[in-house]
Amino acid sequence: MSMQSNLDALYRQVIMDHYKNPRNRGEIVGDALTVNMNNPSCGDKIQLHLKVDGDVVRDARFTGEGCSISLSSASMMTETVMGKTVDEALELSGIFFGIVQGEDYDDEKYDLGDVEALQGVTKFPARIKCATLAWKAMEKGLDKD
Amino acid sequence: MINVRDVREQFPILDQEVNDHPLVYLDNAATSQKPVQVVEALEDYYRRYNSNVHRGVHTLSSVATDGYEGARDKVKTFINAAQREEIVFTRGTTTAINTVAASYGRANLQEGDEIVLTPMEHHSNLIPWQQVAKATGAALKYIPLQPDGTVSVEAARATINERTKIVAMVHVSNVLGTMNPIKEVAKIAHEHNAIMVVDGAQSTPHMSVDVQDLDCDFFAFSAHKMCGPTGIGILYGKKPLLEEMEPFEFGGEMIDEVGLYDATWKEVPHKFEGGTPIIAGAIGLSAAIDFLNDVGLDDIKTHEQQLAQYAMDQLSAHDDIEVYGPPANERAGIVTFNIHDVHPHDTATVLDMKGVAIRAGHHCARPLMNWLDVAATARASFYLYNTEADVDAFVDALVSTKEYFGDVYAE
Ligand SMILES: Cc1ncc(COP(=O)(O)O)c(C=O)c1O
Repeated sequence: MSMQSNLDALYRQVIMDHYKNPRNRGEIVGDALTVNMNNPSCGDKIQLHLKVDGDVVRDARFTGEGCSISLSSASMMTETVMGKTVDEALELSGIFFGIVQGEDYDDEKYDLGDVEALQGVTKFPARIKCATLAWKAMEKGLDKD
Repeated sequence: MINVRDVREQFPILDQEVNDHPLVYLDNAATSQKPVQVVEALEDYYRRYNSNVHRGVHTLSSVATDGYEGARDKVKTFINAAQREEIVFTRGTTTAINTVAASYGRANLQEGDEIVLTPMEHHSNLIPWQQVAKATGAALKYIPLQPDGTVSVEAARATINERTKIVAMVHVSNVLGTMNPIKEVAKIAHEHNAIMVVDGAQSTPHMSVDVQDLDCDFFAFSAHKMCGPTGIGILYGKKPLLEEMEPFEFGGEMIDEVGLYDATWKEVPHKFEGGTPIIAGAIGLSAAIDFLNDVGLDDIKTHEQQLAQYAMDQLSAHDDIEVYGPPANERAGIVTFNIHDVHPHDTATVLDMKGVAIRAGHHCARPLMNWLDVAATARASFYLYNTEADVDAFVDALVSTKEYFGDVYAE
């Protein structure tokens, strides 16, 4: 693949769309839990706000600063997990970590929506941490241990 | 004037393509490349006289000891220390400063004392002092920066007082390229009986350093940023201070007498070099110093400042690129910037696709990012082997970045 197409694969249109028009950006009014997640090597900082109702992720929003990959990933992640059960959300997270490492997944079984666009990050090892930041925050927030 | 073409011949690593483009290496502030002289010196040591130093009676050990101790003499001359015992080999700048913080700072400071820093310190000249402050009850004080990111002597004078025990300052900022007035500040520190600790990680590779002229008490730097190997650096300290300090690490090599319940230490510098020392590293550093001396540090400094000037002139034509720090004639070869609306990570990724290696992030200087009011920045840093063509490739790649992100924004 040429360099240009690698770049285009990284910065897919959907990704730039989430970057420019982030979904679920902001805080949750009322009762919610907040997880801070930093990428200490580059300065990205994300705060993920989650409202879990029983077993279901009712609301997921994020605030913070970061690059196009980390912020678009946060935007997509919140869209994807909202309405899912905690177990489903954590399972999707596992799938996502596989995807950015270049693993295949069963796209009939898992509906990842726009998230799938982040596949291009596999060609950019230095950017995998950007893509996973929000997901790590979500795992930390939902971790039942 | 540097003959860059000859210099580049000594750096075979530069002659390669990265992502289908000729490599343009502009991440020298993170680590420099190594000339063949250094690689060969390391190879020679491992092939012909690898041996432990100081303890062996056999021939190879004495050749290795000569190489290791010869490196100490070379460093002494390189920074114009008064005595060879003032040169301590450490793992790098970070370990050197931690040694001072632990062995001098913790031993000598108490509540009511102050440690004076600047907001532009690298974390390695910041966090050790935060820890000293926590352990001793001493307070941290900061010299406020000027609007262009420089340190004024007046501001230093206004911050340093009779409570100040330590002033710790970076010689050249790894973000802004600012060259700080160490000599003047050291004088003020000494007027108040404080000691002056200097982080020389970004100055020593790029300009001639004279620790006696600066009159600093401690001075730290790393070999890997000055054409030498990773894993070795220098702590320079004035001998009476080093003598009064306790060792930082304990074990073999650094002891004089050992009983079951107590031990005494060797003389300086050996009491600070516990364990098998960094023999290959010292030998590689020695070769790096020879190399830099051959080229000439004054010429290296001029060359880099010219490149910084050339880069800044070109960048100034772009309204949407902001460069941080003082004008080129007041800085070393470091240019830190941001493209509006493009995160520095994204900039660095696009540049990498064009073969241009830069750094993006907070550059281990978080407080300075806050001072600049940015989350992160991109940084190009030059060395003796960089050329105007490198700068052109860099600026072209920035233009592509703007176009690329302009397009994705426009869609
Ligand atoms: C100004 C400054 N101080 C300290 C350091 C730390 O050096 P090292 O990582 O070699 O210990 C660096 C480089 O990273 C630096 O640029």
